[in-house]
Amino acid sequence: MKESEVPQDKSNLETVNMRELCYATDENGNYKTALSAGWEPKTIALNNAIEDIKERTEAARQQVVKGEVSPIVYFMELNKMDTGILAGYAGIWQWRVKRHFKPHVFKKLSDRMLNKYADAFSITLQELKNFKG
Amino acid sequence: MKTDFKHYQSAHCENGVASNLLKHNGLNISEPMIFGIGSGLFFVYLPFIKVNHAPAFSYRPLPGAIFGKVAKRLGIKIKRQKFSGSQSAVAALDNNLKSNIPSGLQVGVYNLTYFPDDYRFHFNAHNLVVYGKEGNDYLISDPVMETVTTLSAQDLDRVRFAKGAFAPKGQMYYPIHIPKDLDFKKAITTAIKTTCRDMLAPVPIIGIRGIRLVAKQIKKWPLKHGVKKANHYLAQIVRMQEEIGTGGGGFRFIYAAFLQEASVVLDNPKLKELSFEMTQIGDMWRDFAVEAARVYKKRSSQPDVYNLLADQLNTIADKEEVFFKKLRKSI
Repeated sequence: MKESEVPQDKSNLETVNMRELCYATDENGNYKTALSAGWEPKTIALNNAIEDIKERTEAARQQVVKGEVSPIVYFMELNKMDTGILAGYAGIWQWRVKRHFKPHVFKKLSDRMLNKYADAFSITLQELKNFKG
Repeated sequence: MKTDFKHYQSAHCENGVASNLLKHNGLNISEPMIFGIGSGLFFVYLPFIKVNHAPAFSYRPLPGAIFGKVAKRLGIKIKRQKFSGSQSAVAALDNNLKSNIPSGLQVGVYNLTYFPDDYRFHFNAHNLVVYGKEGNDYLISDPVMETVTTLSAQDLDRVRFAKGAFAPKGQMYYPIHIPKDLDFKKAITTAIKTTCRDMLAPVPIIGIRGIRLVAKQIKKWPLKHGVKKANHYLAQIVRMQEEIGTGGGGFRFIYAAFLQEASVVLDNPKLKELSFEMTQIGDMWRDFAVEAARVYKKRSSQPDVYNLLADQLNTIADKEEVFFKKLRKSI
């Protein structure tokens, strides 16, 4: 990549006033460093991931409304987690986490158990308990 | 308390932390040199591991491997510590700062409050340096940022004990001994040989064979998983390729910069010629990202766009195979 080709596209790096460092060549092909404000293909790829998470979260919310899954699933998606990551943060085995996705199991959970989830999601116990979608 | 640490921005976090910590300890070593000697150029495709609901691709070795190899090859001693709990982790860090030792940490990205929101995923192989503490705030030198920043004690604890794959477990590291006579020539030669061996490895998911396997899979994705999922997977390749702290195209340029420096140290003009070739390969990776972005943006559903992308990736693999065979012979 030539120094003149270092991309300066609009990106969400702007929100924190940040530019990335990259390596580019001068007219003789020798390397130097340059700053890039962002690159469109990258921004599109990132937006794709964000959109995917939004869709998953919305789908989970609707499932909670219909009573198909427990609020844990919604907050897991909202926090960009999967079962493995949630199990790590809550300190609960994965198979138990998966079981707690079932609304009838969720209803019977103790406050102590629910608190572990609430902490993992950085929300209060009430927010988790009362989430209806 | 504050150590007299100097922040330099880098393209990749682990290179940057390694280079900055060594510079602080009186060894002036550039980011490309760290990347090269640490054999940072790599490729692995892990279809059986899912990251963000798509298969895992990595353009880098395991976290910690680059600095570890640099240390081993140059005879530098690094101290690495993991912790079972926050208290001991905080105590060890504070102790270091009191003794004027800036310390490298492996952290998770999700709770890094100074990152743009959209970049905050559960990715646990990020690296930064803590160089001081003022009140409740730690002074942070994150090598991918332009300037230094801060994190509250609570936030730092969260990122040090992030959970999921590659959980950092509070990991802290810093150099404790740098020998006076460093044999750069030997280190560079060994490093280049390792990189060639990795990239030409006879393992289907690693190096050039890994790239070819991905190309083969890309052709199958739209039929096997539907267009939507196929595009999601493609986006994942590009994100892993180009996002902060990782990198495929970008890594090729750092490696090319390393070859230019190495050519001077080893007095080997062939390496300089090869660096130009690596620059071209890096540009091809970037072209691939541009084409892939077009596909998942337009959501075009003809199966032949995937074939075209696969062909593009195969061309890159062919070029890299020739390149690494030449590189192996040139030293």
